[in-house]
Amino acid sequence: MELALTFEGDTHLMNILGRMMPALALAALPAGAALAEPGLIIDLGGKFDKSFNESAYTGAQRWVEETGGDYMETELASEAQREQTMRRLAERGANPVVVLGFANASTLEAVAPDYPETTFVIVDSVVEHPNVQSIMFSEHEGSYLVGMMAAMASDSNTVSFVGGMDVPLIRKFACGYAQGAKATDEEVEVLVNMTGTTPAAWNDPVKGGELTRSQIGQGSDVVFAAAGGTGVGVLQAAADEGILAIGVDSNQNYLHPGTMLTSMVKRVDNAVYDAFEAAEAGNLQTGVQVKDLENQGVGYAMDQFNADLVSDEMTEAVETAKDRIIAGEIEVHDYTEDDSCPAIEF
Amino acid sequence: MIFPDAIQIADSTIRLATPLLLACLAGLFSERSGVFDIGLEGKMLVAAFFSAAVAAVTGSVWLGLGAGVAAAMAFALIHAVASITFRGDQLISGVAINFLAAGMTVLIAQDWFEQGSRTPALTGAARFAPIRLPGADALSEVPLIGPFYADVLSGHTILVYAGLLAVPATWYILFRTRFGLRLRAVGENPAAVDTAGISVARLRFSAVLICGLLCGLAGAYLATGLAAGFTKDMTAGRGFIALAALIFAKWRPWYALGSCLLFGFLQAVSNRYSTIDLGLFEIPNAFVLALPYILTVVILAGFVGRAVPPRAGGEPYVKER
Repeated sequence: MELALTFEGDTHLMNILGRMMPALALAALPAGAALAEPGLIIDLGGKFDKSFNESAYTGAQRWVEETGGDYMETELASEAQREQTMRRLAERGANPVVVLGFANASTLEAVAPDYPETTFVIVDSVVEHPNVQSIMFSEHEGSYLVGMMAAMASDSNTVSFVGGMDVPLIRKFACGYAQGAKATDEEVEVLVNMTGTTPAAWNDPVKGGELTRSQIGQGSDVVFAAAGGTGVGVLQAAADEGILAIGVDSNQNYLHPGTMLTSMVKRVDNAVYDAFEAAEAGNLQTGVQVKDLENQGVGYAMDQFNADLVSDEMTEAVETAKDRIIAGEIEVHDYTEDDSCPAIEF
Repeated sequence: MIFPDAIQIADSTIRLATPLLLACLAGLFSERSGVFDIGLEGKMLVAAFFSAAVAAVTGSVWLGLGAGVAAAMAFALIHAVASITFRGDQLISGVAINFLAAGMTVLIAQDWFEQGSRTPALTGAARFAPIRLPGADALSEVPLIGPFYADVLSGHTILVYAGLLAVPATWYILFRTRFGLRLRAVGENPAAVDTAGISVARLRFSAVLICGLLCGLAGAYLATGLAAGFTKDMTAGRGFIALAALIFAKWRPWYALGSCLLFGFLQAVSNRYSTIDLGLFEIPNAFVLALPYILTVVILAGFVGRAVPPRAGGEPYVKER
């Protein structure tokens, strides 16, 4: 694994070099060989965030193990580095360049046209450009399933949700969750709290814990955290107070065995793995790719840590719903489509 | 229904007010001695990190607390040396401390634990456990007072009680001891203190170090009392709210208790209700969260009483030659 070079240069010159590089590589290599190593930019939050970024890293590692290939990886340290890092990887000849998170969308829109030979892959946002693959996850479908489990596991008929920053993506989680809970039991009450409206809301476990306690005070006995680092505080408070919790993105069941009902997994690892593999085979498709229940892009996690908490009845109900969603019999509303939610008010 | 709600909000208020209170009293010592400190946030953050890191490694929350306090005092010492010995700008030194803390904690955390700038989750003896006050169970059946004592006052970690006791202690030290008198004097008129043959620098150093100590307790409470481990930037602006509380309290210890409880209460309310319905109109959550700052500006503008900072605050003391 290599890290991106750290030198500053005249960006114009760099652009020209960047355009020449793939051509040079093409001339130097015999036909049919892999043209370039894939590149992965780990987003803010860090490689080992137990969640989103870690999942992407795991996918890349799996690809390395299985194919013996090599890839370039670099980690953002601040918001300001996005453009610089993207350009650097493209200029070093990484192809495809995978970027993680909706916050990259506007930067990628500016960068992608400068490197027509490079394919970019963006997770969680759509960038419409001929050399960009946009991967979207159907978080609302996965959240729907864990919402059903929450409603079935709840004794108090009250379940809750703690979101990180109040952005449409997080409301999409909340909306799916509420729909799943209400579908199981019309009477169930769903409490929703967002941690804040600034990026600081992703890293405030103290407030996350306090929100959880407040929800417990209002009767909640199952809480779903979709809040990045704040979620750690939510899951901790749930464990301390002895209620059930649902993790997000990666499988977080192991964090608090006994109180983790499940995790709504978002297979970012598969997305990265697939992108790397497709690029190696030379058939990486650009355009929008949707990862949903059907292609196992989202789902709920089952392992030895939560096996005792999930009853057969629950599994059966959730599996049935899953099949029906895939078959199109249940339509889970996506908040981001029209900025509204039938099951809950924000 | 209203009474249980009130009890829960009061309970949450105390938890949320404690880090503010400790940091506010920390700022009080420093600023009363004439050294402005906007580095409360940074000092809390290093304390949060080192307390969680040492507690995670050793499994002892007390060693963690010691490490957190030591780290915050080391940062206080940097501030003291820069602004007292070298007569640097106190605001710039404070800003530098905040930046240093934000960067350093993340870097060291990543190097030591490789968990995305986090410490491992603390369990068992590596965290402060809630303390049940004596008689809480017996009294809990008594109407009104019982639930208040059992659910609001009882059941917090030891640092909450330390924070509450720090209020009378601060009042006593500042207003009933010779050290306190000199400390206040050095913040108002350092030349007079110097004339009396007392070292201005030494007084200010001790005030800033006490500030570090209290910030250390505040940070350790966040990481080992409220949460179970450190996450990056986990202070989330509490150091600045504490600063606002200090101004709101007009640099007085008992007022500081009141303002921190008020600010904690506002946070607890906004956590509890997404909007507050007053019948005629609704107050949005964001407004409640912004209230501490609005109130501080109102106070500073002189609409409600007057907040007069220590007269020599912010100025390095230069002996006449």
